[in-house]
Amino acid sequence: MREELNQWDFVWLAYGVGAIALALLILWAWRSMARAEARRDASRRR
Amino acid sequence: MHIYANPTRFLSLAKWLMPLLFWSGLVLSVGAVGWGLFMVPPDRLMGDTVRILFIHVPAAWLGMGGWAGIAISSAMLLVWKHPLAALSARAIAVPGMVFCAICLATGSIWGRPTWGTWWEWDGRLTSMLVLLFLYAGYIALTEAAEKEGSSTKIAAIFGLVGAVNVPIINRSVVWWNSLHQPPSITAGKSAIEATFLVPLLVAVVGFSLLFGAIVLMRMRALIAEQQVEARLRRRALDDDAPAPVTPAMEQA
Repeated sequence: MREELNQWDFVWLAYGVGAIALALLILWAWRSMARAEARRDASRRR
Repeated sequence: MHIYANPTRFLSLAKWLMPLLFWSGLVLSVGAVGWGLFMVPPDRLMGDTVRILFIHVPAAWLGMGGWAGIAISSAMLLVWKHPLAALSARAIAVPGMVFCAICLATGSIWGRPTWGTWWEWDGRLTSMLVLLFLYAGYIALTEAAEKEGSSTKIAAIFGLVGAVNVPIINRSVVWWNSLHQPPSITAGKSAIEATFLVPLLVAVVGFSLLFGAIVLMRMRALIAEQQVEARLRRRALDDDAPAPVTPAMEQA
């Protein structure tokens, strides 16, 4: 018996997972960098 | 290499290199993904699922390349005690783990319509899963060392020992029977048709540049955190220092 699967569903699922994971990674890396550098600049001014 | 042992000098390089890597990586990655999704024809055997490879292969490359980076940084820390080596290894760990997880997830999604199963306990998939656990262990070790203020040497040794898994992942499809296909690209040779190979290489370059940008963001964050901590420690030491003795105090 041959299973009928729409291959595009799997393609979109793979790209969705990859895009969300990568976007979250970039956002987290950017925010942690911006926060740490702002903290350092604030501590320099004090 | 040792020129950049000075964090200030390294930061001045990272400040212009990071946006350059990020934007060029983003343009190339989005372009390659669009190319793979909409312009490449379906493969004769894999059909449309071949499009998943334009994200799966770069993720696999960066998952393994990330650990190679950790191993090189660890060696630099242990041999030359390069001040930024521990930081660069820590900065690679989370992006490396995320790319390793993307590789496993997209591979599993690709496997369901192609192999008829989401997961197979064969050499390639299992060794890649081991790499994910190694990343988790490395991150836990470095976080613990940071909190306890203990030596970074244990994490560096772990990074070097864990590198044994990288060639195992690479050779797993040759050493053991596997559902996973044998290596398609070897030194100087490719079994992939140029229609698929060119966008795949663009995707690998694009995602690698993005990876580099993320690692630089992490390094900038870790350097800034260390600078704040050093300043706070200095200030606490100054506060604890005994007040200078004045002549009035001496007479009293």
